[in-house]
Amino acid sequence: MATDGDHEMADATAGAEANGTSGDFVKEKQRLRLLPGSSDTQASFAFEKEDHTLGNALRYMIMKNPDVEFCGYSIPHPSETVMNLRIQTWDNVSVMDVLKRGLSDLADLCDVVEDKFTAARDDFNDSHPDRVATK
Amino acid sequence: MPSWAPLSASELAERQRGLSEEQLQQRRIVHVNAETVQDVSATDIPGHWGPGQDDSWDIERFKQGLQTKFHQNKPYDSAFSLVGVDASIANAYRRILLSEIPTLAIEDVFIFDNTTIIQDEVLAHRLGLIPLTGGQEGLTWLRWYRKPPPKDDFASQATWPYDVDDNDADSATPNDHNTIVITLKVECRWATQDEDGRDGRRMAKEGETDPNERYVNSNIYAHQLVFEPQGDQAKHFSGENAIRPVNPDILIAKLRPGQRINLRCHCIKGIGMDHAKYSPVATASYRLLPDIKITQPILGADAKKFQRCFPRGVIDLVKDGESGENKAVVADPMKDTVSRECLRHDEFKDKVKLGRIRDHFIFSVESTGQFESDELFLDSVRLLKAKAERFKRHLTELEEGR
Repeated sequence: MATDGDHEMADATAGAEANGTSGDFVKEKQRLRLLPGSSDTQASFAFEKEDHTLGNALRYMIMKNPDVEFCGYSIPHPSETVMNLRIQTWDNVSVMDVLKRGLSDLADLCDVVEDKFTAARDDFNDSHPDRVATK
Repeated sequence: MPSWAPLSASELAERQRGLSEEQLQQRRIVHVNAETVQDVSATDIPGHWGPGQDDSWDIERFKQGLQTKFHQNKPYDSAFSLVGVDASIANAYRRILLSEIPTLAIEDVFIFDNTTIIQDEVLAHRLGLIPLTGGQEGLTWLRWYRKPPPKDDFASQATWPYDVDDNDADSATPNDHNTIVITLKVECRWATQDEDGRDGRRMAKEGETDPNERYVNSNIYAHQLVFEPQGDQAKHFSGENAIRPVNPDILIAKLRPGQRINLRCHCIKGIGMDHAKYSPVATASYRLLPDIKITQPILGADAKKFQRCFPRGVIDLVKDGESGENKAVVADPMKDTVSRECLRHDEFKDKVKLGRIRDHFIFSVESTGQFESDELFLDSVRLLKAKAERFKRHLTELEEGR
């Protein structure tokens, strides 16, 4: 049974925390590794317990950065929940900075989507009491 | 900087010929031909269109371009359009909706008595698939139960005591903070005059075959599951918020006189990735907005035939000023299913161009009843943000450790 001390569910806990239920210090297992052969401007990362959900989204955000020469992700084997992400940059830009910025940009994007969605939903509910668009 | 890197503002203004609205719109379309699809990949990557185009990430530009429009917002069934995001982000939301939002469902079933013809494991499987609901804030209060791995799974057994959540010492034992107890205790018997007002045995002798008349409790429904609040649970799950099945009329088993079911279920939080019973959506899907372009006018009888190639409401016939005949005009592309039927007829297959708009996603979120559809989508957005934040923390740790 996969529900044994499961790491996958830990993200769901993080999601619940995003709702503000827990503010205490939380000990998390490190799920990000640097693969060997990496340098300051080119690196491969291994994300444990992650798949296309985060992989493709993060790849897109990192590719939007003009300092990035190459960014791609892969899942080495479907039986292991590991996702590899490779980043190569132009002009001595640090790979860590690029990854950090990609993650921040993804978080900002989610914020914008959340705000706009909530506003549109509240507008719709107010103007349509039967909850169906009149067309 | 590479040759295609974005230029300064003045150089940009110089180079920018000013892409017309139409050209920008053309770039958003995936072309659907009779047998092929073209221009599938997103082209808003920096450098794709050369130095004159700045496609790098700009939150303000994204904020202006993003639109959300609702088509329907019934409590457990939402349909809305998300315009301006990339496919990878929309897909991430869809995947999270399906598999990573925590839900409550029956997990362990302790069977004391089961003399029905439904086998124990089949009965337990059916119970697990029943969607339960119990009030939003109660369900977020509930903690996780980390089940110990089965004794025959040696790989997990080796790491189990060390894998247990450091933050919640009690998570490995079922307690009132992480487990909901539901019982089912029913017995089927003949209907008697004293208790039920009808004599089942006599009716059977007289030829009555309907089991609902002959017996009592011959059909076991989900509303017969009894929620038993433990410890602190009575505070969070009471009255309206009591744990109950979303659909009370789900048939669990069929019994005959003398057969009994006596069991106790433990319900815990889980995610769809583990087992589909934990998925909070019946399904969550999206499609891209179809795009129909009529390049040359289609008139008269052809126009009528053209209208019949599409679902009702997609094509309208208007009186053409010049020729006085009916002309086909695109009325509502959202109703179209892109069946490409019009490309099968020689009369107008060269006069129409089909496609889909690459960044216009029409989401359909159908909830199973535990949470509301719009809240589910918001949870999915927050969960993706939580993932990104979590890996930012891990990255900081990684950098400090080096």
